[in-house]
Amino acid sequence: MQMIGVAILSLTLLGLALGFLLGTAAYYLKVEGNTLAAELEKLLPGSQCGQCGFPGCTAAAQALANGQAAVTLCPPGGRVLVETLAARLGVEVNLAQVKETIPIIAEVQEDLCIGCTRCFKVCPTDAILGAAKQIHVVFREACTGCNQCIAVCPTESLQLKPVPVTLQSWYWERPAMTV
Amino acid sequence: MKLFRLQGGIHPDTCKILSAEQPIRSLPLPNWLHIPLQQHIGASAKPVVKVGDRVYKGQVIAVSQGAVSASIHASTSGEIAAIGNYPAPHPSGLPIFTITLKPDGADRWLEQEVPDEPLTLSPEAIAMRVNAAGIVGLGGAAFPSAVKLNVSRRSQVQTLIINGSECEPYLTGDDRLMRERTSAVIQGIRLLRHAVGAQDVLVGIEDNKSQAITAMQFAAMGTEVQVIPIPTLYPMGSEKQLVKVLTGKEVPANGRLADISVLVHNVGTAYAVRQAIYLGRPLVTRVVTVSGGAVAKPSNLEVPIGTLVEELFRFCGGFRETPVRLLMGGPMMGIQLPNTQIPVVKGTSGVLAFTAQEITGNRISPCIRCASCLRACPIGLQPLEMVARIRAHDLNGAIRLGLKDCIACGSCSYVCPAHIPLVHYFNYAKGELAARERIKLKQEATRKLAEERMERLARLAREREAAAAARQAAKAAKEKQANVLAEAI
Ligand code: SF4
Ligand code: SF4
Ligand code: SF4
Ligand code: SF4
Repeated sequence: MQMIGVAILSLTLLGLALGFLLGTAAYYLKVEGNTLAAELEKLLPGSQCGQCGFPGCTAAAQALANGQAAVTLCPPGGRVLVETLAARLGVEVNLAQVKETIPIIAEVQEDLCIGCTRCFKVCPTDAILGAAKQIHVVFREACTGCNQCIAVCPTESLQLKPVPVTLQSWYWERPAMTV
Repeated sequence: MKLFRLQGGIHPDTCKILSAEQPIRSLPLPNWLHIPLQQHIGASAKPVVKVGDRVYKGQVIAVSQGAVSASIHASTSGEIAAIGNYPAPHPSGLPIFTITLKPDGADRWLEQEVPDEPLTLSPEAIAMRVNAAGIVGLGGAAFPSAVKLNVSRRSQVQTLIINGSECEPYLTGDDRLMRERTSAVIQGIRLLRHAVGAQDVLVGIEDNKSQAITAMQFAAMGTEVQVIPIPTLYPMGSEKQLVKVLTGKEVPANGRLADISVLVHNVGTAYAVRQAIYLGRPLVTRVVTVSGGAVAKPSNLEVPIGTLVEELFRFCGGFRETPVRLLMGGPMMGIQLPNTQIPVVKGTSGVLAFTAQEITGNRISPCIRCASCLRACPIGLQPLEMVARIRAHDLNGAIRLGLKDCIACGSCSYVCPAHIPLVHYFNYAKGELAARERIKLKQEATRKLAEERMERLARLAREREAAAAARQAAKAAKEKQANVLAEAI
């Protein structure tokens, strides 16, 4: 009888101690993981476009925090984002080898659009305006070139095009690396 | 007067002799004028005429929009022939919104009332007239002059500095203006002083323009205007250098001239202000130097804004040999033109056509770390180090070395024995940084849009659920009622 009492007591103590340990560990580790992911998410473009292969920026940030994704994961972020992420995570990248993505946006070819509203429904940044049986339009300022609308358009009316250069956005090209 | 020492700077061959002795001649009216709606820093002007409208010389054809902008006037009388895109005087050659005017040959001014005693106008009234005349900085920067006057008046600027340095090689328009239209230039300077209430007025003229100095000193006698010869040194015409040499003051990093109580205007601008206020003539012509080894008869011309560069070369006897490079502005900071079908704008100080001999053979070789660029830089930057960072894609590193203070004067490129296009790297890097800034702004906007959309979707889902639950509850209630009824029966 006494043996049973001792056993119960020791097991209870052990359980409590281990439980406490686990609890604290979980508490601290969990907080660490979450803050990092949240911080990284703030650095990402936030357009939820899914080009990185994750369902959105939140998932992408989580993967980055867990070390399951490279700092080069996000195409729309470009070289600047790679630089920022690498600095935050303390990893080395050769920036010269990171391909700079030219900004692209979607454009509706008016004669092909049948007004099916599919693109309008999937655009993650509400950059497309239209209604049933109406020709749809893409707002350049809001489009991130994420490709989602292109994938659903039944008539290939939507196409990705480089953002047109204007007098305001033009600047000198990088000098050719001859030396 | 005591002058202050400058660091850096270079002594390029000025080649001013080509056109310095040519009096200013008026260019005959061309058959067409192509007048761009943005010839200044700031917002583009908005057209207020329609195709087919008849306009007088000096009539407003596009009004300034926003805080920093300038109105555009018809350069002669005639008919508006088109409003649309036309190649811009810009290194990209991209189109810009342009009004095309067909001159009627009468060159009839829109007469405007002029004050009897211009110097008794209130400072605000002068700034208003300068604004209405569409005057911008004629030294090349093309910043709206009235904006500068208003800011300086409010911050009670002490010293007005007039830039007569004309430090770019080849250019002689300001030199001729000071020699030929001396009293008008002095009148303009006195108007500018009155408009900001400055105590001192210093006119800095490089000492290679002795005739201009003598003429200006003579005309300024008995006025508050002091004409001061300054050393010939490129880039003396840069505001920072000119202020330093005349007053010893330095603009703080990220600061403005007003912070040290100084305002700088160009002599050409002073002349334009005088024309606007004494004669009621808005800015519709400017003096342009046509020069370069390929030009048959280098000249100084007074040109209606909107004239194609082609007409200027033709009037100067065409080319004695095929030019290998065309420039608008000076050879150090001017822009390369793709062809001669580009209009002269308010900021055009010169158009140059160079022969192969005038262009340095630019075979680029590796940096030999000679530090020539370092000694030449007027700002005291380290061009070779900044280029090393930019080549390694480390733009932030270049900023830490002072990239944002670089005035793109090109002195470093000029002296580099390895012909490394240093200033080209800096122009590229500044453009890239501006582009990044734009991307950041766009990403902030799209992030908000995406968040709003997610919230909206979540709300719709919640509403759908709530509606479904309500339907369920209603159905259950009905069944219960039915059961109760059935039992009761
Ligand atoms: S590619 Fe970039 S912007 Fe698009 S979902 Fe992934 S992390 Fe977000
Ligand atoms: S998906 Fe294609 S066809 Fe349908 S509305 Fe959009 S652009 Fe038009
Ligand atoms: S271009 Fe810039 S770095 Fe080169 S000399 Fe001029 S200010 Fe200095
Ligand atoms: S002047 Fe040219 S070669 Fe000399 S240190 Fe500067 S970049 Fe190098």
